[in-house]
Amino acid sequence: MAEDNILLQMKHIHKKFPGVYALKDVNFELRAGEVHALLGENGAGKSTLIKCLAGIYIPEEGEVIVKGNSHIMQNVADSQAHGISVIHQELCLVPYLSIAENMFLGRERNVAGFIKRGQEAEEAKKMLARLGLDFDPNTLIQDLSIAQQQMVEIAKALSVKADILVMDEPTASLTDKETEVLFETMRQLKAEGIGIIYISHRMSELFEITDRVTIMRDGQYVGTVNTRETTRDQLIAMMVGRELTQLYFKDEVKPGEVVLEVKDLVSPPFVNGVSFAVRAGEIVGMSGLVGAGRSETSHCIFGIDNRYTGEILIDGKPVHIRSVRDAMKNGIALVPENRKEEGLVLINSVGYNLTLTVLHEIFRGRPLGNPKKENETIAQYIHELAIKTPTAEQLAENLSGGNQQKIVIAKWLATKPKLLILDEPTRGVDVGARAEIYGFMNELAKQGVAILMISSDLPEILNMSDRVLVMHEGKVTANLSKNELSQELIMRYATGGGTANVA
Amino acid sequence: MSPENNIKAQNGIVRYLKDNMGTLIGLFAMCVVLSFTTNGVFYSQRNLINVLRQVSSNACLAFGMTFAIITGGIDLSVGSILALSGTLSAGLIVHSGFSVPGAVATAIIIGTCLGLFNGFMIAKTTIPPFIVTLAMMQIARGAAYIYSNGQPIRAMINEYQIIGTGYLGPIPLPVIYMLVFLIACVILLSKTRFGRHVYAVGGNDKAAIFSGVNVARTKMLVYTMSGFLAAFTGVVLCARMASGQPTAGQSFEMDAIAATVLGGTSMSGGVGKIGSTMIGVLIIGVLNNGLNLLGLNSFWQQIAKGIVILLAVYVDMLKKRRK
Ligand SMILES: Nc1ncnc2c1ncn2[C@@H]1O[C@H](COP(=O)(O)OP(=O)(O)OP(=O)(O)O)[C@@H](O)[C@H]1O
Ligand SMILES: [Mg+2]
Repeated sequence: MAEDNILLQMKHIHKKFPGVYALKDVNFELRAGEVHALLGENGAGKSTLIKCLAGIYIPEEGEVIVKGNSHIMQNVADSQAHGISVIHQELCLVPYLSIAENMFLGRERNVAGFIKRGQEAEEAKKMLARLGLDFDPNTLIQDLSIAQQQMVEIAKALSVKADILVMDEPTASLTDKETEVLFETMRQLKAEGIGIIYISHRMSELFEITDRVTIMRDGQYVGTVNTRETTRDQLIAMMVGRELTQLYFKDEVKPGEVVLEVKDLVSPPFVNGVSFAVRAGEIVGMSGLVGAGRSETSHCIFGIDNRYTGEILIDGKPVHIRSVRDAMKNGIALVPENRKEEGLVLINSVGYNLTLTVLHEIFRGRPLGNPKKENETIAQYIHELAIKTPTAEQLAENLSGGNQQKIVIAKWLATKPKLLILDEPTRGVDVGARAEIYGFMNELAKQGVAILMISSDLPEILNMSDRVLVMHEGKVTANLSKNELSQELIMRYATGGGTANVA
Repeated sequence: MSPENNIKAQNGIVRYLKDNMGTLIGLFAMCVVLSFTTNGVFYSQRNLINVLRQVSSNACLAFGMTFAIITGGIDLSVGSILALSGTLSAGLIVHSGFSVPGAVATAIIIGTCLGLFNGFMIAKTTIPPFIVTLAMMQIARGAAYIYSNGQPIRAMINEYQIIGTGYLGPIPLPVIYMLVFLIACVILLSKTRFGRHVYAVGGNDKAAIFSGVNVARTKMLVYTMSGFLAAFTGVVLCARMASGQPTAGQSFEMDAIAATVLGGTSMSGGVGKIGSTMIGVLIIGVLNNGLNLLGLNSFWQQIAKGIVILLAVYVDMLKKRRK
């Protein structure tokens, strides 16, 4: 490959955080017109490397060469000026500003400081159209769904004239259809000679869209391979440093008594008459498209939505659930969809977050708490779920996505629930941690916990569920047992193609 | 102006009315009640102009406060900066032989620099705005007392007094200043890059940083502006009284916050409008004036103000929840 083809080189990059050596001598190279994946477990340092390129972090050591110039980016504006545009892993939009305003934030179209709204709206409209989106550019971000926001984020990055485009898990909250549109756009950009750095935990996507893959592990560079010459297993082995024989772990468990039963749950506009049951030891998958009302149903059961009508029975007895406390008293736990907003107090420590749900136990009969018990609980869950953190005092926001997810799961396991509701339990979680999470689910089911798993990830639904409920427009349209499951069938009911076995 | 532009301008007004429906109705209702209970005194031209003059200082402070609160911060030091700049302006003329323009400019520059210092501390350290400006509130007030020896500095100088007592036609100068700042701040916040950055910093500062917005500079400018407005108001107030009063502007920051909140600005940042704050300012002004006309003493006015704030913010929240 000719030298002049190389857009970007990062050499011997080092970056330390207090207690964490996040990047140890990492190398990376990007050519014009290629899609180059960065692959690694949660916490491997992928996002940190990207932030060193985007001018958000400044590496302690190392060299960054952009189009032949050696230059360490000093801030975001600097990196944009060098033709680098980044879609960050965490959504970076201002909720109260419009789509167009967000798109041009930091590089407003203006004359002497006065904004040209008309021009911005027009350009925004064009960028959105390119991604097949038909939004009014004046819509406020807070009125969009997470997936729509993600698409806006992508449009925003594309609207920067960049020759290096970085995408840190852009597809984590997208559906297959939107992902396809994104890939189509990526192929066009490739043809225009733009280099794309692509981060995703979805292996199948890597094989579909990337040319090369660079693997990182524990902040270190492991190697770079051509996608066409490698296999899934080889990538996984490089990534986790061992063979991972099995991702999904599911033992047959004989279902026990019915733990949860809901009858005619209604909470407009998303929940329009939902009835189903979950038995002890059973993992019930809940599938459906975005907006089908799955999370909203779980919010009723967990008492977050207290304006619903209908009946909820626990162990066969009708219960009154109008608050999260009510739900917890009835042995229900919910691992929410959006860990950063609903799952964690990010600015507090790992330990603080872990015990937040069981404070009443730690303070029972002891006005000043029981530090010994608290520390034991914290240590136990950090160990059991293999949460990667230097200490329990580390702030939750400094952990990688997968480890944050483990904290949320752990804090609810600590309540020893009878019914565990998991909403998108493995979104943005690497294969290693996924296998571990599936392992816990299996373990819990064996102990007789009833599990309701809401997921948009079809392989996960197919492999982990004993039974699958499919939702469409606020109703359960199918109740499929393990032996009749198939992807086609689920998609058919999810898109409104009839009903099956519905009580 | 093209017809299209015309439509847009109209939409702006319609939207303004719609967004501020609750507070406007409240203001209107208060005016109606007062017109009956005061036998029309409230509606006399003299009284209306009086109300506008009375609210002008709170308005200027509230404009600066709105900027600060939209960035997710607050500026508690405005009342004290007001007092310091006011006493300085009088003192420099009387004791140091400054010319009137020289004294006024110096006093305003010093107040503005204190605002800049607030902004610098807030932008460059992680000390919260509440703490930084609380400290400045003490420092500037103390400085005003020291400079004036705790006594008002009399300055019966026509050229100086006119700044606060003059008229342009039938309209008092302080009202003119208020209108100028109102228009300038509306444009600054809604039409310029700087204004958009103010919203971005308060709405999601991480997104602002990741988009290449200079967050530190934006914050610095906001507090500098607030300091400038406070200093300017201080000079006008003291000129009107013909005396630099170190006690001027006590608890003015609270009225400015109240007006801002009444206008629907969110204390958690990211949301707010200058035009709405102006309505908040008027509500407080009309309330004070009305209760005065009705002969209720100022203690009752405080209670009334508290109740109105609670009510208005509650109504505003109900409105938002329904959306
Ligand atoms: N600001 C910070 N302060 C302290 N530690 C940090 C900070 N940011 C990241 N880390 C740590 O650096 C390591 C690398 O994190 P990084 O976010 O780069 O991982 P990642 O590969 O992007 O993971 P994921 O796939 O979960 O997004 C992790 O151990 C993380 O806890
Ligand atoms: Mg990451």
